Amino acid sequence: MIIELGHFALILAFAVALVQAIIPLIGAHKRWPGWMAVSIPAANAQFFLTAFAFAALTYAFVTSDFSLKVVVQNSHTAKPMLYKVAGVWGNHEGSMLLWVLILTLFGACAAWFGGNLPPTLRARVLAVQSSIGAAFLGFVLFTSNPFTRLQNPPFDGQGLNPLLQDPGLAFHPPFLYLGYVGLSMSFSFAVAALIEGRVDAAWARWVRPWTLAAWIFLTIGIALGSWWAYYELGWGGFWFWDSVENASFMPWLIAVALLHSAIVVEKRESLKSWTILLAILAFGFSLIGAFIVRSGILTSVHAFATDPERGVYILFITAFFTGGSLILFAIRAQAMEAKGIFSMASRETALVLNNVLLAVAAFVVFIGTVWPLVAEVAFDRKLSVGAPFFNMAFTPFMVALAVILPIGAILPWKRARLARAIKSMSGLIALALAAGVLIWSMQTGRTALGPVGGALGVWLVLGAIKDLWMRTGRNGFSARVTRMFKLPRADWGKAMAHGGFGIAITGIACLTAWSEEDIRVANLNEPFTVGTLEVTLLDVSRLQGPNYVTTMGEMSVTENGKLITMLKPEKRVYPVQAMPTTEAAIHNGFLRDIYLVIGDAQQGGGWAVRTYIKPFASWIWAGCIVMALGGMVSLTDRRYRVAAGARKQRRTAMAAAE
Amino acid sequence: MKHLILILTLLASPAFAVQPDEVLSDPVLEARARSLGQELRCVVCQGENIDESNAGIARDLRLLVRERLVAGESDQEILDFVVDRYGEYVLMRPTWAGSNIILYISGPALLLFALFAGFFYLRGRGRAQYTTDAELSQVEEARLAEILKE
Repeated sequence: MIIELGHFALILAFAVALVQAIIPLIGAHKRWPGWMAVSIPAANAQFFLTAFAFAALTYAFVTSDFSLKVVVQNSHTAKPMLYKVAGVWGNHEGSMLLWVLILTLFGACAAWFGGNLPPTLRARVLAVQSSIGAAFLGFVLFTSNPFTRLQNPPFDGQGLNPLLQDPGLAFHPPFLYLGYVGLSMSFSFAVAALIEGRVDAAWARWVRPWTLAAWIFLTIGIALGSWWAYYELGWGGFWFWDSVENASFMPWLIAVALLHSAIVVEKRESLKSWTILLAILAFGFSLIGAFIVRSGILTSVHAFATDPERGVYILFITAFFTGGSLILFAIRAQAMEAKGIFSMASRETALVLNNVLLAVAAFVVFIGTVWPLVAEVAFDRKLSVGAPFFNMAFTPFMVALAVILPIGAILPWKRARLARAIKSMSGLIALALAAGVLIWSMQTGRTALGPVGGALGVWLVLGAIKDLWMRTGRNGFSARVTRMFKLPRADWGKAMAHGGFGIAITGIACLTAWSEEDIRVANLNEPFTVGTLEVTLLDVSRLQGPNYVTTMGEMSVTENGKLITMLKPEKRVYPVQAMPTTEAAIHNGFLRDIYLVIGDAQQGGGWAVRTYIKPFASWIWAGCIVMALGGMVSLTDRRYRVAAGARKQRRTAMAAAE
Repeated sequence: MKHLILILTLLASPAFAVQPDEVLSDPVLEARARSLGQELRCVVCQGENIDESNAGIARDLRLLVRERLVAGESDQEILDFVVDRYGEYVLMRPTWAGSNIILYISGPALLLFALFAGFFYLRGRGRAQYTTDAELSQVEEARLAEILKE
């Protein structure tokens, strides 16, 4: 019964979405307040109906209702509760429902917190948001219905892919979707502004927090996914440049560009049409990503043919929203004249350069991702584009970005003196170069990656601190420190995000440059050395988990005779899927991770054992966390609250006067 | 080497990436084998290279690469040999040939274009006059009058 109610709620949500996509748009055009106001209860209804449908599906998974097809295909009674819940979005149908839930949640948020928007803009934003909602609700209902029943329910389910049974991956999709789908808000604002024909500082101020929120979630989602790959796949890789990863990375890059260009719109009333274009592209890339992941067209060209309906439907959605908004953009973009005037050396120029680098970097990732498809269709060549290409083509952009970032961040608006900015940073430049040279002379191999990464890290982190410091005036040291802590949160958020980027770059460069690896057959109680470490396999035992059997090794790691850690790497076999997984044991350290993997028992005795020393590995995710925290700090800035408060005050004053 | 392969074929259990018995005793050759492993794609996997893959065919390729390295072939010869048998699909880094040149130059070309466009936009902003700022729209005039009255 609950299932049918959930199904019915989803159908109702689709109907509400259709109404909400049309009525407020007409209302805004004709200036009919009643029609515009429809958008608010509709957005609420749409969200609560979808939430009910989602809850119904979760209920089916939690109670292992094997009359539902998705539950049978993706769940099993022996599965721990966390993964029964995570199983809801661990499959195509359920994850699409989560996607729609988040889409309607953002729409509802715009209705709840959009009180300070001009009524026509709010009505249009909600209508556009709802048209996306209607498209995806239709997709779920017509091609990927999670509420499909089975005629003969089986006794037990087929279980969830063991690789996905992991806490890191349980929370990876919700964050990723909050990011992807969050970008739909910026898209809706952009399209509404195009219809409205007006983009000003106030518009940018409304769009920025939404984009920032989406970006924070996307950052956390991508970091979770990469962290999962690091510890779960068993060789410590953290980024593989496969098409699905790239699908999440392209919107992230565009979102970063959008965050920066919206600042220029807000502060200087320039780059308006470019910012609108970025907002369209950011969500456009989210849709393209959804298409790549769902259709399977890029991982295997033939998977597309197995379910052409879904792929074609998403392709249609993507083409409609991206194409439609781009056409609208082409017609209306002329209306957005720039106002700000600035010289070649200015913060504006630095931000334009930031946008050029990020947008072209995103394009490089895009063309690399779709090239196998283009080559097959247009040139009849079956080929692959893998990590070596992306590392070569993408890295220069990030290096260039990191080099100009600290200078650009301190340049004044309108008219700056580049020489003066460089002079004030000269101490840091020397320090960063010295760090690079020091690392170069200390390392054993002769790779440029470590020194360059280290130097850029020092440059970015100290540059972020210097940026804060330079805003504290010219008084005494203690007065400046006090002042530093009273700086607006947006300044702190900016410094943290930039510093986090530096930390992540350092981690990636050092890990790639100096990773050590040892693969061997280890016998019990026979120590072996890896780098400066001595590793001993003490014991191997077979244990039973809730839905798997595991071979667990007990290993000690010592350095210079001192015990550093005891680690227990596992190799699990999930009988339901007959699939083995490795559970690496990792000792996380500030300067290095020690990463142990146990493999099969060997015929001549002993076990295959892999030992990795991963320098600065934690820095990659620490950097991502600092970046995301920076975003959150910035989001709590007084400006956003004061602006809302001031508007409320004015409204009450006006109400009192009437 | 034949002896080694014979032992390896006896081991039936699924292999997890590079196995201890595959590693060459000469560290220089093994390092080359690793860098070649990064360049070759496992043909049955979803975008994994042969070093990372657990598939049997990836293991066969890893052994093939090592066998040829021991025989004294150059990296390029080995890559050519594999491409001969499996097609250019196995190369993780597309060749600089034919239509692939579009792939390689489109990034730098777009960067140049974007830099030029950005430069002309910025120059335009630098030379723009304050005219747009000086004139107020009718709505703004009305609002200004209202404020001044208050």
